[in-house]
Amino acid sequence: MAEEVLVIGAWHSPYSRRVEMALKLKGIDYKYIEEDLTNKSPSLLKYNPVHKKIPVLVHNGKPVAESLVILEYIDETWKNHPILPKDPYERANARFWAKFIDEKCLPAILKACWGEDQKEREKAAEELSKLLQFLENELKGKRYFGGETIGLLDIAANMIGYWLGVLEEASGASELLTREKFPKLFNWANEFVCVSAIKESLPPRDKHVAFMRKRFGMVNASK
Amino acid sequence: MAGEVVLLNFWPSTFGLRVRIALAEKGIKYEYKEEDLSNKSPLLLEMNPIIKQIPVLIHNGKPVCESLLIVQYIDEVWNDKSPLLPSDPCQRAQARFWADFVDKKVYVASRKVWRPKREEQEEGKKEFLETLKTMEGELGDKPYFGGETFGYVDVSFIPFYSWFHAYKVLDNINIEAECPKIDAWAKRCLQKETVAKNFPDKKKVYEFVAQTRKKYVSA
Repeated sequence: MAEEVLVIGAWHSPYSRRVEMALKLKGIDYKYIEEDLTNKSPSLLKYNPVHKKIPVLVHNGKPVAESLVILEYIDETWKNHPILPKDPYERANARFWAKFIDEKCLPAILKACWGEDQKEREKAAEELSKLLQFLENELKGKRYFGGETIGLLDIAANMIGYWLGVLEEASGASELLTREKFPKLFNWANEFVCVSAIKESLPPRDKHVAFMRKRFGMVNASK
Repeated sequence: MAGEVVLLNFWPSTFGLRVRIALAEKGIKYEYKEEDLSNKSPLLLEMNPIIKQIPVLIHNGKPVCESLLIVQYIDEVWNDKSPLLPSDPCQRAQARFWADFVDKKVYVASRKVWRPKREEQEEGKKEFLETLKTMEGELGDKPYFGGETFGYVDVSFIPFYSWFHAYKVLDNINIEAECPKIDAWAKRCLQKETVAKNFPDKKKVYEFVAQTRKKYVSA
């Protein structure tokens, strides 16, 4: 049976791009449908009636939603270029940090960039620094979080490796991920965006910055 | 595969209960350590320095944190009996999706029921019931979320039933009436020894919830 892989996503969404990164890494051909989130399509509502959100992967007509769930599905379905380690303890570890990025880092990033007032933004930036330190320590001596090749955690960390910089630029917030403060993480981010499957999946930077600036404003411009 | 297994837990925790049930399903012997969350032990802080929360599973000295990740870990290590996740990738994805829904929607909504202001509480109750009705829709006419057998989503969700009695008495939320299929499913799960033996006493949970609620309301 000819395989049909469809990704319903949004060009600026890190979650959506995670799915594309994994598919590209594994060399899977897919059709991409851009979703207008201000006017959700019948397809999206049909394939993700519970959350009505992107990304959704539709494989041979069957939908899978939630980016980290999709990444695991992709890894289990297409066994080349595995993105999760074989050892259960290492797998639990990768999943833990991916969850950490989504549940702890992202809210801190958004508050550091677009918190209500300067005090809130500074507090969030301090918090984010602590969180980045945990990730810095987790990298240890490795090239990528996944070891010699990128894995699920590297893909989940696209939030840190690329989106953080874009959001800081869009909002005018100070750059947090510097070589001085987080040398390993800084290096990792530079290597990460050079991996071809990742590079091909990044939104065009200028367009992305302009879009985020328009959406949320440049609240730190007074600096 | 065997080796030393330790669980750090707090007895009313719905998240800890997921792990207890998973361990029981696999017939794993373990050492149970009760944590006082107002005075966290050095062991807990050493084993979960990032989140500093229970449950933590310590297997041969190495910690695994976050209840759903622990349940998946248990399923992967002790893979010789009672599989919790299905083997088909599509069904596994569905199971992960629904367990994630329990965390992101059901649990979050259940916290909103605690709001001190009346109108916020009413809104919280409504939202909570909606999430339960969504779960009820997903269950359909199946005996378990896992289909014919008790599985990952059942393990993820059944602990919340331990708090339903408290919600009924304190908040007048009658889940038996509003979501009869969920109620029937829960009672079916409680017929399993692995669930029943680990379930906390509903009166004790009620007392705990009532006491903790006072702190939030008076704050």
